Amino acid sequence: MEPQFRLFPEQASVEAQRVDVLYLFQLGVGVFFTALICLVIFYFAIKYRRGAKVDRSNPPKKNIPLEVVWTVIPLALTMVMFGWGARLFFDSQRPPLGADEIYVVGKQWMWKVQHPEGKSEINELHIPVGRPVKLKLISEDVIHSFYVPEFRVKTDVLPGRYSTIWLNPTKTGRFHLFCAEYCGTDHSKMIGHVYVMEPAEYSKWLAGTIDQPPHVAGELLFERFRCNTCHRDTPDARCPSLRGLFGRQVALADGSNVIADEKYLRESIVNPNSKIVQGYKPLMPTYQGQLNEQGILQIIAYIQSLEQTQEPPAPAATEDRQPPTETND
Amino acid sequence: MNEARIPDRHYLNADFSVWSWFFTTDHKRIAILYLISITLFFFVGGAAAVLFRLELMTPPGDLVISETYNKLFTMHGVIMVWFFLIPSIPAVMGNFLLPMMVGARDVAFPRLNLLSWYVFMVGGVFTITVMVTGGVDTGWTFYTPYSSTYANTHVMTTAVGIFIVGFSSILTGINFIVTTHTMRAPGLTWFRLPLFVWAQYATSLVMVLATPVLAITLALIAVERGLGVGIFDPALGGDPVLFQHLFWFYSHPAVYIMLLPAMGVVSELITSFSRKRIFGYSFIAFSSVAIAIFGFLVWGHHMFVSGQSMYAGMVFSFMSMLVAIPSAIKVFNWTATLYKGSISWDTPMMYALGFIGLFTLGGLTGVFLATLAVDVHVHDTYFVVAHFHYIMVGGAVMGYMGGLHFWWPKMTGRMYPEGWGRFAAIIIFVGFNLTFFPQFVLGYLGMPRRYHVYPEEFQVLNVMSSAGASILGVGYLIPLGYMIWSLRYGKVAGPNCWGAKGLEWQTPSPPPTHNFEQTPVVTEEAYDYSIPEASPG
Amino acid sequence: MEWTDVGVRPTEGFAMSSLLAHHFDDLEQQYDAASLGMWTFLVTEVLFFGGLFTGYAVYRFAYPLGFAEGSLHLDVALGTVNTTVLLLSSLTMALAVHGAQTGHRRALVGLLTATILLGCVFLAIKLFEYHDKFEHHLVPGHAFMLDHPELKGVDPRHVELYYLFYFVMTSLHALHMVIGVVAVGILTVFSAQGRYSPQYHTPIEMIGLYWHFVDIVWVFLFPLLYLIDVQT
Repeated sequence: MEPQFRLFPEQASVEAQRVDVLYLFQLGVGVFFTALICLVIFYFAIKYRRGAKVDRSNPPKKNIPLEVVWTVIPLALTMVMFGWGARLFFDSQRPPLGADEIYVVGKQWMWKVQHPEGKSEINELHIPVGRPVKLKLISEDVIHSFYVPEFRVKTDVLPGRYSTIWLNPTKTGRFHLFCAEYCGTDHSKMIGHVYVMEPAEYSKWLAGTIDQPPHVAGELLFERFRCNTCHRDTPDARCPSLRGLFGRQVALADGSNVIADEKYLRESIVNPNSKIVQGYKPLMPTYQGQLNEQGILQIIAYIQSLEQTQEPPAPAATEDRQPPTETND
Repeated sequence: MNEARIPDRHYLNADFSVWSWFFTTDHKRIAILYLISITLFFFVGGAAAVLFRLELMTPPGDLVISETYNKLFTMHGVIMVWFFLIPSIPAVMGNFLLPMMVGARDVAFPRLNLLSWYVFMVGGVFTITVMVTGGVDTGWTFYTPYSSTYANTHVMTTAVGIFIVGFSSILTGINFIVTTHTMRAPGLTWFRLPLFVWAQYATSLVMVLATPVLAITLALIAVERGLGVGIFDPALGGDPVLFQHLFWFYSHPAVYIMLLPAMGVVSELITSFSRKRIFGYSFIAFSSVAIAIFGFLVWGHHMFVSGQSMYAGMVFSFMSMLVAIPSAIKVFNWTATLYKGSISWDTPMMYALGFIGLFTLGGLTGVFLATLAVDVHVHDTYFVVAHFHYIMVGGAVMGYMGGLHFWWPKMTGRMYPEGWGRFAAIIIFVGFNLTFFPQFVLGYLGMPRRYHVYPEEFQVLNVMSSAGASILGVGYLIPLGYMIWSLRYGKVAGPNCWGAKGLEWQTPSPPPTHNFEQTPVVTEEAYDYSIPEASPG
Repeated sequence: MEWTDVGVRPTEGFAMSSLLAHHFDDLEQQYDAASLGMWTFLVTEVLFFGGLFTGYAVYRFAYPLGFAEGSLHLDVALGTVNTTVLLLSSLTMALAVHGAQTGHRRALVGLLTATILLGCVFLAIKLFEYHDKFEHHLVPGHAFMLDHPELKGVDPRHVELYYLFYFVMTSLHALHMVIGVVAVGILTVFSAQGRYSPQYHTPIEMIGLYWHFVDIVWVFLFPLLYLIDVQT
């Protein structure tokens, strides 16, 4: 695509259209007040310039009703903006159920993407048009920020903590992907593109895959790191079985309960002793430094997949493949 | 005017020895020491900006390498924030004027005041030496874990320098609070104080309450780097977002340390050049205090997308909307002050009117940023850069320049050349808008900040911005030239060249060492222009 | 320190004019300024420690076990002795201020000296505790025993964080103590020279405020660091 000069960014998602309406409203209010203030200042400053013969009798010192008016009007306007913005933000923070979940790992200075079907890419993200896509993001090192201006979405990508974001593209094409949080020397080169494709084309693109789906890669890691010697399904296993674990409540040794979501699973891999399951001993060593973030995500995907193979197919499955069901939120 | 002459004895010629300057406890001389230091720092910080604006003329990184670019914008931010903007109006004009405005012979703790300048200089020289010789590339925000673990530039030494400088702010703040409370002249009640004093008072509260938190946060970064313990690095068990909370708990109020004094200056300028009592005195006074208080409750609006809870985001968004209201009240009251005034278009007034316009724009774009959904898009883009430059430069620096011109005759006894003054004011106004207005557009288009290399479609707007920056740079050099020129050749000003109210105008220019021949007694409200002042001629 | 700014000048007598700095109108104004200045300074100190307390709270909440484990390795007996020593020093300081107000010069000098001694005892015990931590490799940094045999079932990183806060907070407190001891030392010399009188003893009151503040900080530090209740 030819770089072209523009004054307003393209709208390529549902979010973009909504945000722009609010933005234009604010722009209108802003222009109105700036113009009002400037015009009034100029009018007064010229009319009452020193030496001009004008009526200066009884200059007002204060005027309480006027003060109230110009306190209440801005207050009302900002409250409208607050409510409107908070509403849109609230919606943008809640991904629809059943959206495809793509893993994104940020590291100095690249974006690594893995699709649930297995395809992985670097500094590129291919997604279908017209279908919401959920991204789960984490950083290997410092804080990055995943930003697609044409979608008006952004989220910081933190080390040690998963962020989620969802995209709802309405337009095919190639769009910028930026890192928006300063992350070191080549921060400005941590950029890429998002390709939004027609669903048919997207399927074709996906079909060209030779990579393993994350849960398969996760299973291999699970075996390679010999997790299966302890985490077995047999009753005499030294560590809890992971089958059907994802999204379930787990009773801990200290008497509290925790939901086995990705945050808990990640913590249990990098920092196993922080939460001990009731009835088990703190035997597990840490895998921090041995597994990278991508590997951890794959193992979590594997644990997630264990749920489905055991139980009958989840009811709310989406059409074209086995989806990772969202029972956790 | 022809009988105006420089008094025989004043604070500048009281003693000519170097010793008498470096060990002075006279608040006016300390103000001059600050003026010289921060002017120097301003041009160092400005030079960094010139270099990276030059680099941004073209999309690829062709003038400097990324490491250098990153060090340049960090240097610009660190120097401008901590070594120019924060000390600018408080330490120069506050020091010079606050005791005079309250009718005192000096600040409450003159030796502490001198100590604060030394602390400032030690921190300043130390930091700038580190930044110029080695450099630091974390940005002025020092976000962890980049700054605490990954950066291999001189983070620790820079943090130590800023840590030191923080104490200068704290000492100045304590001095101003105590001076305002205990040193007021007989008859000078709180509601007869000039609004500049109110603004300085509110600023001092923020300095005293916020700066220690920054100091301890930077100390923790230094400890983390030194010992390799994960206070903020999640790989070692720390929490990087905690750093952001601590940092912005200081740095958002710090914005008001820069802005509130400028608002105080503008209140003085508007009344003096309208020859009219300020409209809604108590509203302007209390809005300063309101801004200082609300300013402490909005830090989370820097973190809408950094993974803090959605509900925390909503609370901070709401609070940030509220902090806009006192600012709006001020703007409306200043505008209303012009009504039925007698307005002269002298240089300080041009800066004041420019301030109102630019601050309005900067404030309104702040409301955009406080709006959650819009901030998600423009956070960390050039929109933010443009917004805070409208506040910091369009607001704080415009106020500073206006105040400097207004009180220059008081400080030096001589007038700056008025024609040149107006010319420079226009150049600065035009250059400023050309530099920063395109950045709003760039930001909404999605250009992230701190980008050394950028996509080609952003070039046109970047070239406009760089062109504006060159005009702005020239605009700042002109006053430097004519101000120095005026020290020798400027017209003798006389005690009250503007026909202004306020105690500082009732003493000769330059003032005697102890400010007043005898302690003034105040019998009227501030800005009572209904009683005509002796015409300046 | 502030007290140098409240008009302490070498003078023979107690003539009002010599006690009054040139920029104040009367002694009362001078006293008010010093007092408000000291209180404002103490407010900044509260925020200074406040940042650390916030960090402490965040991590104690996140890693309760690590903090409890770290706390176990402190000597509660020494901490208790130190708390008592400091509270006693607050008492002697308060009595010293009273002595200054009533003009009992010998009592004043004696009580100030007692305060200094108690402060030194505190610092000595603290130093001993630090030494013990060095011996046991419990000082954060590269020498920290991450595989310490005594740290069972707890992430040593979390214990290290506890010790980081322990050292930063107590050493900052100790630094304040050192400054306090030096300041009281100077006051003792000046008191012995007879510079203070019932009419003028502002520096003693101001340093007294400072001393009490530093004690109060310890009163918060002691339970937070030494007395973490281990329930699990």
